[in-house]
Amino acid sequence: MTDPVIDLRGVTRRYDDGPPALHDVSLTVKPGESVAVLGPSGSGKSTLLNLIAALDRPDEGTVTVAGTRVDTLGEAASARFRRAHIGLVFQFFNLLDDLTVLDNVLLPAQLSGAARKEARDHAARLLNSLGIARHADAYPGRLSGGERQRVAVARALVNRPALLLADEPTGALDTASGDDVRHLLNQLHDDGQTIVLVTHDLRLAQDCATRTIGMRDGHAEEER
Amino acid sequence: MSALGTVIRSGVRRRRVQTIVIGLVAAAAVTAAVLGAGLLVASRAPFDQAFAAQRGAHLTVQLTTAQQATVPTATATAGPYAVMNVPFHGPEGMRMPDLTVVARPGPGGDVDRVELTDGRWATAPDEIVIGGDMFRVPTGFELTTDDGHVFTVVGTARSVSGTASAWVLPSAVDRLGGATGYQMLYRFAAAGTPAEVEADRAAVEAALPPGSVLGARSWLDVRERAVREAAVFVPFLVAFALLGIVMAVLVVGTVIAGTVGAATRRIGILKALGCTPAGIVRAFVIQALLPATVGAVAGAVAGNLIALPVLAETEQLYGSANMTIAWWVTLVAAGGVLTVVAATAWAAALRAGRLRTVDAIAVGRASSPVRGRWAGRLAARLPVPRPVALGLARPFARPVRTTAILLAVATGAAAVTFATGLAASLVRIQGAVEQNNADVTVEAAAPSQQAGPGEQSQAQDWRVVPAAIGAQPGTRAFYGVAQAPVTAPGLSDPMTVTAFTGDATWDGYLMVSGRWFTAPGEAVAGAPFLKAMGARVGDTVTVRADGEPVRLHIVGEVFETGSGVFISAATIPDMPPGEWRIALTDGTDASAYSEALNKKLGGGGPQAHPTGVEIDPLLAVVQGLTATLTLLLLAVAALGLLNMLVLDLRDRVHDLGVHKALGMTPRQTIAMVVASVIGVGLLGGALGVPAGIALQRLVVPAMAASGGLHLPDSLLDVYGPVLLAALALGGPAIALLGALMPAGWAARIRTAAALRTE
Repeated sequence: MTDPVIDLRGVTRRYDDGPPALHDVSLTVKPGESVAVLGPSGSGKSTLLNLIAALDRPDEGTVTVAGTRVDTLGEAASARFRRAHIGLVFQFFNLLDDLTVLDNVLLPAQLSGAARKEARDHAARLLNSLGIARHADAYPGRLSGGERQRVAVARALVNRPALLLADEPTGALDTASGDDVRHLLNQLHDDGQTIVLVTHDLRLAQDCATRTIGMRDGHAEEER
Repeated sequence: MSALGTVIRSGVRRRRVQTIVIGLVAAAAVTAAVLGAGLLVASRAPFDQAFAAQRGAHLTVQLTTAQQATVPTATATAGPYAVMNVPFHGPEGMRMPDLTVVARPGPGGDVDRVELTDGRWATAPDEIVIGGDMFRVPTGFELTTDDGHVFTVVGTARSVSGTASAWVLPSAVDRLGGATGYQMLYRFAAAGTPAEVEADRAAVEAALPPGSVLGARSWLDVRERAVREAAVFVPFLVAFALLGIVMAVLVVGTVIAGTVGAATRRIGILKALGCTPAGIVRAFVIQALLPATVGAVAGAVAGNLIALPVLAETEQLYGSANMTIAWWVTLVAAGGVLTVVAATAWAAALRAGRLRTVDAIAVGRASSPVRGRWAGRLAARLPVPRPVALGLARPFARPVRTTAILLAVATGAAAVTFATGLAASLVRIQGAVEQNNADVTVEAAAPSQQAGPGEQSQAQDWRVVPAAIGAQPGTRAFYGVAQAPVTAPGLSDPMTVTAFTGDATWDGYLMVSGRWFTAPGEAVAGAPFLKAMGARVGDTVTVRADGEPVRLHIVGEVFETGSGVFISAATIPDMPPGEWRIALTDGTDASAYSEALNKKLGGGGPQAHPTGVEIDPLLAVVQGLTATLTLLLLAVAALGLLNMLVLDLRDRVHDLGVHKALGMTPRQTIAMVVASVIGVGLLGGALGVPAGIALQRLVVPAMAASGGLHLPDSLLDVYGPVLLAALALGGPAIALLGALMPAGWAARIRTAAALRTE
């Protein structure tokens, strides 16, 4: 039996004195799965994603990703873990405006200390396969929303992560660009990439996810 | 609380780093300004205060006969007083320099109210009051004239006009051999400038029979001499005060402008809520002035406290008491700094307040135009880790802010370089002034045991001591020193001739120009002697030693602060040495050598002892002050840099979050932040070090010139390659110092929180 890529057990996360943002959440994601996390604003979707990405730590429970207990990692270790195992795609792209498209994509590889030439070749292949190679030397500010999100996906994939986490990847895009990203994620899933999507977009969830998890008031419910 | 009050309070509380930095920078700026300007003013005030209190003489006229001139412009006169130049002997024949003795009935009068600092005024013809400026003689001490008349010292007094070195009653004139001249003292309605004093002098001369005026001394000359030692501080203080003020304006300006600039979005929100542009300007000016006022008060207190030891030293120079920094200096310094704060805050807030509300709110949300992309591309090609490359390119994204950082670092580096050079020069100058490279000194006899000139005991020393020194193992070089007072026509101040029995050039005598003497009749002299004699290198002058004329051909100018002239012992053969100075071979212990030499010399006669080094208290004060001001400027530079870096990091905290989300470790984050200032630090150092050296080359000679001295180049060339290399690292060191805290903050920031930041 294959070990899960994500294994959350009894995870609770509280902010200040209010009700927990996540309450006793347990879930697993197997390699190759594409899981969509659905729910309204404030339901705990982003908190869940932050915990899986080792951007945050739970108050209770354990978070194991790619065989590593990420809830016990320090800042430096979680950074190293992230760049080795996780690719992140954000709703507002979070591209660095002062770097070219190629430099944005290369950045995680460079932070990992990857060989220069190999990283450049891989980044070029990614840009090519995502259809944005012609923008390699452009700056993100000049690209459309869909193109920027493609750059963000390329950057997320440059270190060949075991897990791709996407937070509302179509949330800031028009319909055409949203379709574009949807196709891209589908294609990645078909290629065997494990994906966790956090989204409001039911259509994205239906098209790209093999299963969905509903979030409500910090509780996770398996839906499909 | 009003809406404005709430905005101000929250602004001060929320921006803790800026609030603290504004307070500290204002404190440092006020401290530097109070110190610089305060001491500058204080260095002139003591003489002026004493002169006013004593109703000092604007003109002291030396006359051949006792007569008064009626001059319409004179507001007060005193005299004529009989004047005598008297050679005295102390107990057991100890010879003293000639004293200019003035006979007057009491210390008071309309002009030159002599101030008694100890004892009382003379009441009998055999009593004398000594001027404390020249040397200190205890009350009860007896002085004997060549004719055998004994005078008892009954008091010590001080004339700010420098009219005499001792006073007696008019009834004592005959006991001193009769008057050799007379003195008239004048105060005039207008005597503030050399031209006015010269006009007054001409009026006095015109009112007297021709040839009756021997000479006249202006109070301006007396004043110049009196403030000379404290005036040595002046160029140094001016340089530091200017550095401090430039730095204060620069850093206070950028700190305030940056703080207000960083709050643009907040300003937009306030405007959206109905706050007027004027209200916003008021809020931000007050927000900046609150911590600055606290800092200015602290700085004013600190500046006054730090000035105390310097003022104490100046008090000793002038004999005045309770000197303090003028209150208005503190007020002007604090007010000036607060004005800079208010003006900068006003200008920056006005700009932000005029922004369209929608634009102001959009700041931080919309993509801002990115500058310096070329630098980013270039840095990406460098063979350095990516975080370092990202950091190196960062300064080009904010050129104005980078320029401000660069100026702050350069000024800090210049301050360190200047201070280091100044301290090194002062140490060398002190060494050259003391002319004290000897390891061991042999003194002929204690002054109280010393016989008169040319008498038996010294004659014995003259033969015995050199032979003993020459035979003592460990002797590398030695020479004997004889000193005698000399006079020259038309000069009232005592001068000294120093005769050497051998080569003395190894003992710290530095040549300014010309060469050392090599033959009898040749001499070298210091600038004060040359100035007093109106002579130059190459001239021949005549002085009188023990009443005998001696012709001296000046072959060189030596670095010397006293009014001395140096000759070979062969020039005046009947001057026996009173002291021998010895250089030892390497590895010879001075104490053991002295002990062994003393055994040979026997007890009761000449005694050898290791030569001690005295620290000049004034030098110690200057060095202390230099260190304090340098630390202040460094702190201001580092604080300015820290503040600008904090602002920069706040601006791009979201980007930091992205970097960290992509796997940048805390160590890589620190490397990126440090790299973003290290280049600026290097450049700042490269600019600041030459500026500091130039300042040192400007200020140190100016300090010497204000003391009437010329400096040999060897006293200025203090920057060796190692020191220069170390100083060049000063810029990066300041940058590192200022970057450490923001870098740590950037490394610790939570990724998720940073990503949420707009």
